[in-house]
Amino acid sequence: MAQQALFLIMAVFTLGMALGTVTSRNIFHSALFLVGSFAGVAVIYFLLEAEFVGVAQIIIYIGAIATLIIFAIMLSRSVTGQNGSPMNRQWAFAALGAALLFAALAWLFSRVDFGSTAQPVPEDAIALIGAGLVTEYVIPFEVASILLLVALVGAILIARERHS
Amino acid sequence: MDLSQLDLRLIGVWFNNMLAGAGLAPGIISLINWVVGALLLLIFALTLAIALIWIERKLAARLQDRLGPNRVGPYGLLQMVADVLKLLTKEDITPLEADRVTYNLAPALAVFQVMMAMAVIPFANGVIGADVNIGVLYLMAIGSVGAMAALMAGWSSNNKYALVGGFRVVAQLLSYEIPLVMAMLIPVLVAGTMRMNGLAEAQGGWFGLGWYVWTLPTAFLIFFIAALAEGERAPFDLLEAESEIVAGFNIEYSGMKFAWFYLAFFLNSWVLAAVGATIFLGGWQGPFVAQIPALGVIYFIAKTLLLFFIQAWVRATFPRLRIDQMMSFCWKVLVPMALLLFIAVAVTLKLGLPQPVQGVALLGLNLVILLATLALVSRAQKRSVGAGKRAFAPELPRL
Amino acid sequence: MVPTHYYLILAAIIFSMGALGVLVRRNALIIFMCVEMMLNAVNLTLVALANQWGNLSGQVFVFIVMAVAAAEVAIGLAIVMAIVRHKDTINVEEINLLKW
Repeated sequence: MAQQALFLIMAVFTLGMALGTVTSRNIFHSALFLVGSFAGVAVIYFLLEAEFVGVAQIIIYIGAIATLIIFAIMLSRSVTGQNGSPMNRQWAFAALGAALLFAALAWLFSRVDFGSTAQPVPEDAIALIGAGLVTEYVIPFEVASILLLVALVGAILIARERHS
Repeated sequence: MDLSQLDLRLIGVWFNNMLAGAGLAPGIISLINWVVGALLLLIFALTLAIALIWIERKLAARLQDRLGPNRVGPYGLLQMVADVLKLLTKEDITPLEADRVTYNLAPALAVFQVMMAMAVIPFANGVIGADVNIGVLYLMAIGSVGAMAALMAGWSSNNKYALVGGFRVVAQLLSYEIPLVMAMLIPVLVAGTMRMNGLAEAQGGWFGLGWYVWTLPTAFLIFFIAALAEGERAPFDLLEAESEIVAGFNIEYSGMKFAWFYLAFFLNSWVLAAVGATIFLGGWQGPFVAQIPALGVIYFIAKTLLLFFIQAWVRATFPRLRIDQMMSFCWKVLVPMALLLFIAVAVTLKLGLPQPVQGVALLGLNLVILLATLALVSRAQKRSVGAGKRAFAPELPRL
Repeated sequence: MVPTHYYLILAAIIFSMGALGVLVRRNALIIFMCVEMMLNAVNLTLVALANQWGNLSGQVFVFIVMAVAAAEVAIGLAIVMAIVRHKDTINVEEINLLKW
């Protein structure tokens, strides 16, 4: 009961924030709405008994990604907010496409029957995730680390100011 | 009287029994427990902040050969009450072109972040808001929200100094979060748990020799330095460097909204000290704590105040660093040191040595890494001073 | 107990909204945010299904997705800043040359 109420509140909150991100005219407000939607999704992760993922969501998405985006907004503030409409001319087609996409996804999900009861999540989920990352999924894990390293070097290289 | 009855947990048991006796449903009882616990923490935090500000002002004054507040009440004890009254009656200014909602949200978020962090601090064995099994990770997550509050304040004030303060917040807090987190994870490796209470529990035995500060001094040093930067304290208080950017991100705030930032600042320092005391100084561990559990609160508060005192001492003593010195100190010294230490400790733990030998091995490892870093830094500094370049590390006074 | 379908539908709505934002907005940074939102929706389905089957592989993959998202943001924002520095605009409709 309490869980359903919390889910409903968080779902509405997250959707409202997501809508704000897409439609807000002020780019800084967009970023703040994005932070709100990340936080809403984090709470939904807690509802799904995935505490570790929920905390990682806050650390990575809010603490790093959203902060970096806001940093970029501040750095580029001289060129934002120019020339008129924040939307391009294809908004009607795009809205139609998004609606169709949602309809297709919803149809797909409604076709799947999950049965009535969910399986219980194991108690020591964090230990199992940690063990999984270094045994069964060690190759994706290592590839992700190399990807991060390459991205780090690449970002520095691209963003470096060349003094000529 | 049985001294083992002096246990704060028993108050909770008694409270729950009383509620159950009144015939309430278990769901309602846990709800009441949460609300009462949160209110207790809130009141404790607000009272604590007043005491901390008085302590810090008195300390700084004595260290700088002044008297400090001494007019209002005995030893100036009521000075903070007078200050709060003054702040309450001040005019609440919002700049004309400010982004109103964001501007008003930022101080609330700053305080919210610190209050949330207090939920996982164990005051005594089992006396903790929520002993979540990811306590240390939770602290990191909550800490990363703090930068957001400062960013919001910096942007929405519509002031260039506030904006520069916002930039500095991101640069400093994101950078120093890495050594802070690495240093916090090293005791987690040794203890094998991320529960805050479990970490304090793991440091019992041998009359205080089980504290991780003895076996992992370098990790504690990294943690303490990074905590100074995370707590925006001198010598890392570049976010509010008066001589450069006037007051940083909170320049436009006045009255109670400014007071909220001030509150968040002091509570943040205290929370970082409490985390350090829990993870490295054994938290509520101390002599006779097994017989008289209530002593744990006293030990915990004493250790936390000791760390807070050292923070205030450093703040009153050291001059402020330059921003490039601060960043290069983090990325070129602290981060490699923390990474190296982390790997070395993990490997040592895998060797499976018996307990005392392992402790000595960890201590030796820590000292070797610390001395090697010091040697490297001083060499690099000598070379850079000779070449007339920018100093690599904080400049030492040359006699 | 909330049925798994609800989580999936919520994720689908967030994903569609993100897609709409990517298609509609002209500001490169907002397009970025919408891409992050879409990745987030995918993560939500992964976690919901991990919860449904009591299997943690879904949660492990969320970490990989988060790592990819972080890498994407680092590179993407660097590119955006480089473009802002060179062309003085952040509007994707004006960034249409393959070679300068």
